[in-house]
Amino acid sequence: MQKSKLNRQFFDRLIDALMPVFAVLAAFAVGAVILLLQGVNPLEAYQAMIVGAFGSKNGLADTLVKATPLLLVGLGIAIAFRGGVINIGAEGQIIMGSLLTTWVGLQLGEQVPGVIVITIGLLAGTLMGGVWGAIPGYLKAQLGVNEILSTIMLNQIAIQIGYYLLRGPMMDPAEVAAGTNIPHSARLIKDIDMPRFTDIAQSLGFTQSAKDLNIQGFLGELYGVLVEPTRLHSGFLFAIVMAVLVYIFLWRTTVGYRIRAVGLNRHASRYAGMNVKRTMVLSMTLSGAFAGLAGAVEILGLHHRMFEPTAVSAGYGFSGIVAALFGKLHPLGIIPSSILFGGLLVGGDKMQRAMQVPQVLITAILGLVVLFVVSTDYLVRKRQSRRVDTSKGKDEKDEDVEGTAVPTTKPEVSA
Amino acid sequence: MAQENNLLPSGLPRIESLEMRGIVKKFPGVLANDHVNFDVKTGEIHALLGENGAGKSTLMKILYGLYQPEEGEILLNGRPITIHSPTDSINHGIGMIHQHFMLVDNVTVAENVALGLKSSRGLRLDLDVVSARIRELADKYGLQVDPQAVISKLAVGERQRVEIVKALYRGAALLVLDEPTAVLTPQEVDDIFVIFKQMAADGHALIFISHKLNEIFALTNRVSVLRDGKMIGTVNTADVTKADLANMMVGREVLLTRHRPPVTVGDARLEVVNISANNDDDKPVLKNVSFEVKSGEILGVAGVSGNGQRPLAEAIAGLQFVADGQILLEGQNVTNYTPAQMFTSGLSYIPEERMHDGCIKDFSVEENAILQDYVRRPYSNWIFLAFNQIAQHAQKLIESFNVKTPSRETPIKNLSGGNIQKLILARELAREPRVLIAAQPTRGVDIGATEYIHNQLLHQRAEGLATLLISEDLDEVKALSDRIMVLFGGEVMGIVRSDEVTVEQLGLMMAGERAEQVFAAA
Repeated sequence: MQKSKLNRQFFDRLIDALMPVFAVLAAFAVGAVILLLQGVNPLEAYQAMIVGAFGSKNGLADTLVKATPLLLVGLGIAIAFRGGVINIGAEGQIIMGSLLTTWVGLQLGEQVPGVIVITIGLLAGTLMGGVWGAIPGYLKAQLGVNEILSTIMLNQIAIQIGYYLLRGPMMDPAEVAAGTNIPHSARLIKDIDMPRFTDIAQSLGFTQSAKDLNIQGFLGELYGVLVEPTRLHSGFLFAIVMAVLVYIFLWRTTVGYRIRAVGLNRHASRYAGMNVKRTMVLSMTLSGAFAGLAGAVEILGLHHRMFEPTAVSAGYGFSGIVAALFGKLHPLGIIPSSILFGGLLVGGDKMQRAMQVPQVLITAILGLVVLFVVSTDYLVRKRQSRRVDTSKGKDEKDEDVEGTAVPTTKPEVSA
Repeated sequence: MAQENNLLPSGLPRIESLEMRGIVKKFPGVLANDHVNFDVKTGEIHALLGENGAGKSTLMKILYGLYQPEEGEILLNGRPITIHSPTDSINHGIGMIHQHFMLVDNVTVAENVALGLKSSRGLRLDLDVVSARIRELADKYGLQVDPQAVISKLAVGERQRVEIVKALYRGAALLVLDEPTAVLTPQEVDDIFVIFKQMAADGHALIFISHKLNEIFALTNRVSVLRDGKMIGTVNTADVTKADLANMMVGREVLLTRHRPPVTVGDARLEVVNISANNDDDKPVLKNVSFEVKSGEILGVAGVSGNGQRPLAEAIAGLQFVADGQILLEGQNVTNYTPAQMFTSGLSYIPEERMHDGCIKDFSVEENAILQDYVRRPYSNWIFLAFNQIAQHAQKLIESFNVKTPSRETPIKNLSGGNIQKLILARELAREPRVLIAAQPTRGVDIGATEYIHNQLLHQRAEGLATLLISEDLDEVKALSDRIMVLFGGEVMGIVRSDEVTVEQLGLMMAGERAEQVFAAA
């Protein structure tokens, strides 16, 4: 009897853990119906998607390249959620971060050694994103302005600032000279490119390609990603290190403790003598800082110049929220989750090209994934709370006070 | 009038008897109801008594169709019935009054009563019909309820009458009252008891859930005691004493009286001089309040809820802005210090809303143990939390205050109310405060834990702690305090020695008479 109970508990937990996987499968199932209605064989389509995202070294590299900003943004989102505030402004923070990083790169590029410019550039992006996050944080804490509204507004402001700078002071002199006036900056000098994986591998002495070593199949592709020239850059490793640091920050430090305490119950935090308002501003600032850092990494690792703001942020500010939720708002959980969503973005593109399905259909399927993931998250929480309720089997009637194990998206206007 | 045809005043048939037989309800790891037998008859008020976690709520949730039992049957007037949902339960004439009112605040009484019911006019509202029926019911039962009144304008006692009307409107012949007095003032309790007794006399059957022994003796005919999911016994209320019931409930001898030995009081630890404060709407909540608490003394604060007790506690704790006057802690002016500064100055505060303000329910026992002191040594080391020290500290609190918890890592929300309160008390006392504010320290806490908490407060008093005890439980205030201060409308009605004042005199002061008037009359 004891054993069967244990088994059941284990089974319950297992189902909870696999719930996101079910969600993705369910979304794909609904997506399959849509594909069928379009006259496309869903199995072929999904095959194209998976092979496109994970089947080749270039596909894999693109997946990880897209996972990088998702992961960094997702970390910031997780900090905000844990701190009881909601950051919908990562798009704007990415743009502001990438603008300042580009500007630093343009100004310092020639005069200072590359490593130092990269460092300053990353710091500049982080700082600028932090400022762009601090504004709604401060407005919420001091004036009770809903941070969801203010962050969305600030996204628009950031986009317009971006266009202004790229059409004016930051426009590529070559464009001005040619009179084409395409809004982008000059390319940053190569010295300040964040090293690609292949550069690192070369400097470590791995110079042979998979073909040279005669490594076949998927392993060969995997080796290819790490060693052969692809778009994959060191920003991905950097983001993973950041995930570990955020984990340590949230669960091992006093400030992280305070952020989580305020996020779970700001009343009790205030009663315990914590400065709730300052903590909320801090959570928002850190959240913005990570989005800004994502922008900086995109510039220095991938684009090497600033161009149309919305094309740089590329929706990562929103997909990052999904990646964070899918990763259970846990810094380490966001690593696999951002790789998965990076894969969906890349695979979606590939599927579109291979099957001639319209772009919107891909967006729809991604949207379904989001919808299912978020709703199963609710389901899991409900299951968990029911288990807690029943395992104590008591008639405690303490009211549900504030938040749940994972703070829900509960907009609260008053501070 | 209704008696001759066995109809209730509401015009519905009585429930002659309701019986629950051999009810078994299992939850993972817990046998919440272990072959429980329970019955209630028409015209009877039957108390269901037990500590938190004894299985009272589970049993009632089964009756109300919220849980399905694994075994057992429910018989209505001798015939077995099945209850799969609250709708079934309502159709059988069973109504429930929840401890927390289930009313929509910004609409009228009639709209609340009609909520969820079919209109007699199809898609059009029939609120006039509903209102007429409410008036009729209110009239027959002597419940003063205005169908047009908006809920948010009503006092707590009035809202409870609305809940009762709502249940009657839905045809309740049997009413389950889940701790109906938890939020009422003493006067409102008296009023509602008159109504309950009349309802029983009219032929209703009432199940009264409570752990307040006084109320059980004042109201009920029979008492059934649950402990750890088992029915310990059903007795006639008249045949037992409070001590008997307490023993049945806890399973051991419980001291209901508190021994408060004389203690030599020392210097004033907390001095409050003429403080005034306003709330967020700029209404005065404290007016010229002055008192002092000495070392080795417990000063009780009595008053009907909402007469300035909470602002007073929060003003001292730095959570409420003090507009005028001074607060001194050991002679040092601490007026309008931040909470953090107050805590370092030697104050500990047990807030009245335990789950809301006193702990973070999703944090573990360990994490809750350092809520104020997480940045201080030895619990932190530079910017990092020192987990070994935190664990040791939490273990010490758990052991010294006998907190029942599966582990230090358990989220605190999984503990019972009494154990959470013990942990909070342990945390606050471990900070070795010079002054303690204890607001409603035993509200919603079972008898065993209450006894423990009271003894700890008395023990700390003997050690020289200055305690401000805020409580709505007059028995508690009288038993523990050396002196009692009564607040009314944010003003001090008087400060009296607790052994020189009667509960009646305190009641008069709580209603707004000054101590001089009260004692002049006596």
